[in-house]
Amino acid sequence: MATDVTTDNVEKVIFDGLVELGTERDELSREATLEDLDVDSLDLVELAQIVEDEFGVELRGDDVKDVKTVGQVIDLVVEKAG
Amino acid sequence: MTRRVVITGVGAVTPLGVGATPLIERWSAGECGIEDGFGRCLDFDPLDFLSKKEARRSDRFTQMAIVAAEEAVAQSFGEEGELPYDPYRVGCVIATGIGGLVSLEREQAKLIESGPKAVSPLAVPLMMGNAASAAVSMRNGLQGQTYGVVSACAAGNHALGDASRIIRAGDADAVVTGGAEACITGVATAAFAAMEATSASGVSRPFDARRDGFVMGEGAGVLVLEEKGAAEARGAQILGELLGYGATADAFHLTAPQPEGTAAAKAISLALADADLAAVDVDYVNAHGTSTPLNDRSETIALKAALGERAADIPVSSTKSAIGHLLGAAGAVEAIATVEALRRRTAPPTVGWEEAEEGLDLDYVPGSAKPIENGDGPLVAISNSFGFGGHNAVICLAA
Repeated sequence: MATDVTTDNVEKVIFDGLVELGTERDELSREATLEDLDVDSLDLVELAQIVEDEFGVELRGDDVKDVKTVGQVIDLVVEKAG
Repeated sequence: MTRRVVITGVGAVTPLGVGATPLIERWSAGECGIEDGFGRCLDFDPLDFLSKKEARRSDRFTQMAIVAAEEAVAQSFGEEGELPYDPYRVGCVIATGIGGLVSLEREQAKLIESGPKAVSPLAVPLMMGNAASAAVSMRNGLQGQTYGVVSACAAGNHALGDASRIIRAGDADAVVTGGAEACITGVATAAFAAMEATSASGVSRPFDARRDGFVMGEGAGVLVLEEKGAAEARGAQILGELLGYGATADAFHLTAPQPEGTAAAKAISLALADADLAAVDVDYVNAHGTSTPLNDRSETIALKAALGERAADIPVSSTKSAIGHLLGAAGAVEAIATVEALRRRTAPPTVGWEEAEEGLDLDYVPGSAKPIENGDGPLVAISNSFGFGGHNAVICLAA
């Protein structure tokens, strides 16, 4: 059963997902940029897989190509679910 | 003027421990890293060396290659790893027999259990046979010729041979080269057992009458090869020289060696000719010595054919008696063991050898290590690697 797509839930799943992919938890914030966190295109594909598993929301490469911060990724997921 | 190829750094991850030193010292002491029928690198934890992200993005064989390369590069270029050459003049050729089988089997299981959406986007870059060369190149900023070599159990020597050719041809000043393998997995273990290639007893005893197959091992060996004049000019420590390389194919059978070892003998002769040496110049042989009934017999015949009477006068030992068969990493790890054995002027033993078999009558160095005797000058060795598919690759080393 997919988890409810609230901003809080999405933030938790994305933060946990990024930690799983190798990001340090204490570097994470909504404002942190993907570049500073060394999150690259391969990480985003893996993150998209985690998001889809959890919320049933599909993120394609085109959806995230202009995303700069973690907060923007979270907002994008919430927006696409709505 | 002929360009010569020297070895200025070595690094290893083997069942005898992490590092080239435990490999040579423990093997020379007659120790064996095989437990419960496998030569696993039980001391190796990738997170001791790699970030979580690097570890996630590399299969176990690549992780081992990265760590072995780190050791070799630090020894050759210094702890900072700053390249002494134009990065486009430093290549990276790393062999594997199979590639990222751990990753392939994990992702295959996900596909079957949960469908295509469960398969990791990293699956292909994890399992591809050139993953180790790609990772070592990226980590060390090597931008010269970089690729993987895949030729089963001959792959390590093919990589070293190719690397030496790249330098001799003038295409690079240095090449980081070697091999890595980590395929002690469900499929590979079952497959080797099904073809009765692996030992039912779980004991690796090359050239012994009781041998009953090879023991699967895992690990990596990486060397820094360098053009001799350039290495000397920058004051690098020269550990040894790669004098010659010879490679042939049996064109006989998919898995079995040609019983008379004709093409294997030819590869040995070609390696010696390439080194401009004769059989009488060889002081030690690091045998392929898999512990399979067929290989150890055909290899013995090949050594006698290629080296003539000299074969009976020199020590011949198999590293696989101490670590098992590292498949595509074997040639590279054994090249390191050979150079270090020559430097110590000591032939490590074929661990566990006790019972002679008719026709297998060379000096396989039973019991304990023995001196390699030939005056005080540099010693010369050949190191053999033969692989499924009938691939034969032989290198000639001096130290």
